[in-house]
Amino acid sequence: MALNQDDVAKVAHLARLAIDSSNTQAYADDLTSILALVDQMQTVDTQQVDPMSHPLDATQRLRPDEVTEADQRNLLQQGAPAVEQGLFLVPKVIE
Amino acid sequence: MQWEAVIGLEVHVQLATQSKIFSGASTAFGAEPNSQACAVDLGLPGVLPVLNEKAVEMAVKFGLGVKAEIGRRSIFERKNYFYPDLPKGYQTTQMDAPIVGPGVVDIVLEDGAERSIRIHHAHLEEDAGKSLHEDFQGMTGIDLNRAGTPLLEIVSEPDMRSAKEAVAYLKSIHALVTYLGISDGNMAEGSMRCDANVSVRPKGQETLGTRCEIKNINSFRFIERAINHEIERQIELIEDGGRVVQETRLYDADLDETRSMRSKEEANDYRYFPCPDLLPVDLDDAYIDYLRSQMPELPEEKKARFVEELGLSVYDANVLASSRAMAEYFDRTREICGDAKQAANWVMGELTGRLNKEGLEIQQSPVAAEQLGGLIKRIIDNTINGKAAKQVFAALWDGEGHTADDIIEAKGLKQVTDTGAIERVIDEVMANNPAQVEQYRAAEPDKRGKMVGFFVGQVMKASKGTANPQMVNQLLKQKLEG
Amino acid sequence: MIDLTLTQLADGLAQGDFTSRELTDAYLARIAEHDAQINSFITVTEDSARQAAEAADARRAAGQASLLTGIPLAHKDIFCTQGVRTSCGSKMLDNFVAPYSATVVEKLDQEGMVSLGKTNMDEFAMGSSNESSFYGPVRNPWDAQAVPGGSSGGSAAAIAARLTPAATGTDTGGSIRQPASFCGITGLKPTYGRVSRWGMIAYASSLDQGGPMARTAEDCALLLSAMAGFDPKDSTSIQRGVPDYRSALDSPLSGLTIGLPKEYFGDGLDASVADVLQAAIRELEALGVTFKDVSLPNTRLAIPSYYVIAPAEASSNLSRFDGVRFGHRCENPQDLEDLYKRSRGEGFGAEVKRRIMIGTYALSEGFYDAYYRKAQQIRRLLTQDFLAAFNEVDLLLGPVAPTTAFNLGSKNNDPVQMYLEDIYTLGINLAGLPGMSVPAGFAAGRPVGMQLIGPHFEEARLLNVAHQYQRVTDHHQQAPAL
Repeated sequence: MALNQDDVAKVAHLARLAIDSSNTQAYADDLTSILALVDQMQTVDTQQVDPMSHPLDATQRLRPDEVTEADQRNLLQQGAPAVEQGLFLVPKVIE
Repeated sequence: MQWEAVIGLEVHVQLATQSKIFSGASTAFGAEPNSQACAVDLGLPGVLPVLNEKAVEMAVKFGLGVKAEIGRRSIFERKNYFYPDLPKGYQTTQMDAPIVGPGVVDIVLEDGAERSIRIHHAHLEEDAGKSLHEDFQGMTGIDLNRAGTPLLEIVSEPDMRSAKEAVAYLKSIHALVTYLGISDGNMAEGSMRCDANVSVRPKGQETLGTRCEIKNINSFRFIERAINHEIERQIELIEDGGRVVQETRLYDADLDETRSMRSKEEANDYRYFPCPDLLPVDLDDAYIDYLRSQMPELPEEKKARFVEELGLSVYDANVLASSRAMAEYFDRTREICGDAKQAANWVMGELTGRLNKEGLEIQQSPVAAEQLGGLIKRIIDNTINGKAAKQVFAALWDGEGHTADDIIEAKGLKQVTDTGAIERVIDEVMANNPAQVEQYRAAEPDKRGKMVGFFVGQVMKASKGTANPQMVNQLLKQKLEG
Repeated sequence: MIDLTLTQLADGLAQGDFTSRELTDAYLARIAEHDAQINSFITVTEDSARQAAEAADARRAAGQASLLTGIPLAHKDIFCTQGVRTSCGSKMLDNFVAPYSATVVEKLDQEGMVSLGKTNMDEFAMGSSNESSFYGPVRNPWDAQAVPGGSSGGSAAAIAARLTPAATGTDTGGSIRQPASFCGITGLKPTYGRVSRWGMIAYASSLDQGGPMARTAEDCALLLSAMAGFDPKDSTSIQRGVPDYRSALDSPLSGLTIGLPKEYFGDGLDASVADVLQAAIRELEALGVTFKDVSLPNTRLAIPSYYVIAPAEASSNLSRFDGVRFGHRCENPQDLEDLYKRSRGEGFGAEVKRRIMIGTYALSEGFYDAYYRKAQQIRRLLTQDFLAAFNEVDLLLGPVAPTTAFNLGSKNNDPVQMYLEDIYTLGINLAGLPGMSVPAGFAAGRPVGMQLIGPHFEEARLLNVAHQYQRVTDHHQQAPAL
């Protein structure tokens, strides 16, 4: 499947990536060639095969319901780009 | 044209765990911003989720409570989208293999009619944080304390036909989750939140109309208004030749209107896929059977017991079983006083009336079940009469005494049942009202019944309400007939 | 000192031939002297290394030293290290100081190992040449024109150049084995779930696995014993005891059957690499190993399957890098959208963006079944191939990469050419198997590794074979001239 510049723009938007418009064609070409590689999968019949999400046949372990984490706000916010009164700041959210 | 509304609800219930669904941070409400958001909740690099066993247990209990098939192998998936209150850029949720399969909830309408609403499924997921829109130099503040709080999302089939049914359904869910102890059900704190899918169609038509999803309905009161508003909007739109567009609408309680949220709707492609950091949750029969054995009495069973064993009316049973707190209060009161009907009357009458007046929940009642039970006991054993009982109740409410007995003693409300004492009061009253006595005696016998009331009132007044009313009646008649 | 293996260093420290402080100073001096050319470190933690060395010497003096106490090592910059920048090779995290340490780092700290710093890597572990690092490419110590392989290229190059005796690495599709092969060192990717992923910045969660990199199999055995083990913080960590990998090293190889997958020796394998492998096979035969041809018929599908699954998981895992809570944030964002797009657009390099976009595309509506689901089905076929082969043989042997280290700049403009490099390593990750690269010789002056692949949890067997091979060969003892 060949991707064009519009497809790249759409995917870049979904992934919230700013792509310089001078690069979209290059990305389109790269993604197209990667998809061509990936499309080799379509030659195999897998109708009867269960998808495998995980390499081992393990199951989820459950954790006791205990509060183990103390307040570490100061430490955890040390690298935050913008904080005020303990809140992370972002440009105004309009709903 | 006759229109019919079709409503399905998605109810998000915060589960009453101590810690979050995938981290060891506290879920307590009302903490300082981000003080309960640990590295996992913040989605810092390298952190990993581990599932809380209580969240699983609570979800299974809900499933058993709605007679649902429990998912023997449930899967967590990621719902990917960017939003500042969603730290990882995805919500961990369940889609293809939820923990609770199809089930059913019984609802009771205001007129007492009962209906069954089918549950499509219920799944576990994590809550998001909160955006605070106060002005921080034109910025929005993000508090992630709520992020990672376990939610059970309960998705109904589109089985409801009116806003009232939706409210009744929500009340049933509320009763169920509080009975099960899996949520505090506190809507004001957001422990229960509701999205409604609403469509309309001409009555008799099979196919469904185009639906709108109304988000952000957070009280029993708003849900009725929001849904009715949306039904009217859709009918008007269609009757004016328009067409309902499938969209998400936000209910604004202040303006009492829904408005389109197209901005958030645009290009939604959540790219669900199985969360590779979590493994399938396998539940075996032994586990499910164990939880089944731990189930408390549920509203339906409680109602049946109230009617069959206690002889209450269906209406009373419905009211008293409507919430776990109410039922527990009633049961405790009944146990102490030993009379289910009296207990029911007091809980539904005097107590509920006062609570409503003061805007309190039954859990907040200043009068404890033990106190009310003690009070009713004194009515039953004739220590006080009904009038005095109301005085005692008011005094208990105001904290004037610890027990009904204390107040009866302190206020001298003990009922007078001594014949001699009552006769003395009657004599006094008759002596003070000779004209009325003469009138009585001159009246036709069938008119006298009414006239006796005057004397009863005078005697009760003179005894400061402590005379036993039945005895007063009886003795008065004897003396007046003279 | 710097030519000693980990095992020899442990002996030297135990016998008091030198102190940890002396050893640490020697390595720090070597890094200062040579790393400007190689660029294998992103961060050198001189001060904390010296402090840790002194603490280790004190611990030894107190008689509380373990085998690894006082031995220096380096961590791939994908492992969170508390108080030290953890960049993952990305501009996105250039300013990120981890507030906690990865479980692997903590375990090695507890042994008293001395961290010299953080090694260079492909950005977010996405690459096979170490050219995608924000901190510039790493040079192969054997040939400055050659890449060291990737993504754990910094770790491999630093060990080969004797800048550290050992290092941690991670392997999602070959990222330990391929650079180990290109740099002539020994590296082991354990069974998925054997080593905790907590604090290891996720690329593709269902494939990522940390492991040891060192000069010899014996060194890897020592390190793995300390790194491996169940971690309650990682849901995918396996609850299974950790064997003493060192004690199994000396088992004789007679009676062992190793399979040679015919798909690993066909077209595409460089003849000079094939020759080196043939010689290695003869050496092992002399040690009593029987070889048998086997088939992994779906091998060609490993690349397409991997390049859907890994980017899909990555696209979601990397959503948390959004400029809100940590990491790079663009200047003066106009609105939320702008904040996200520019922060991510500026913070991520081209290869990371490519993989995020491929993954996003593969998961998006309408494509999920054709790409993601299909890739997961093929993942099962590939796994079944391996399990079938292990019914016939104990281990598998093959090349790590089709060629020796290629030249810098020769493939980084063509992602597909780069991806084809991973043909012999990806399947092992998809199946969750342990695999290792063992120095087997040289072709035109560049090292060649042979890959040993085992059934799940058979790390001890791999290490045993590698160790016996290293007892009769000296490829792993060769040092590049700097």
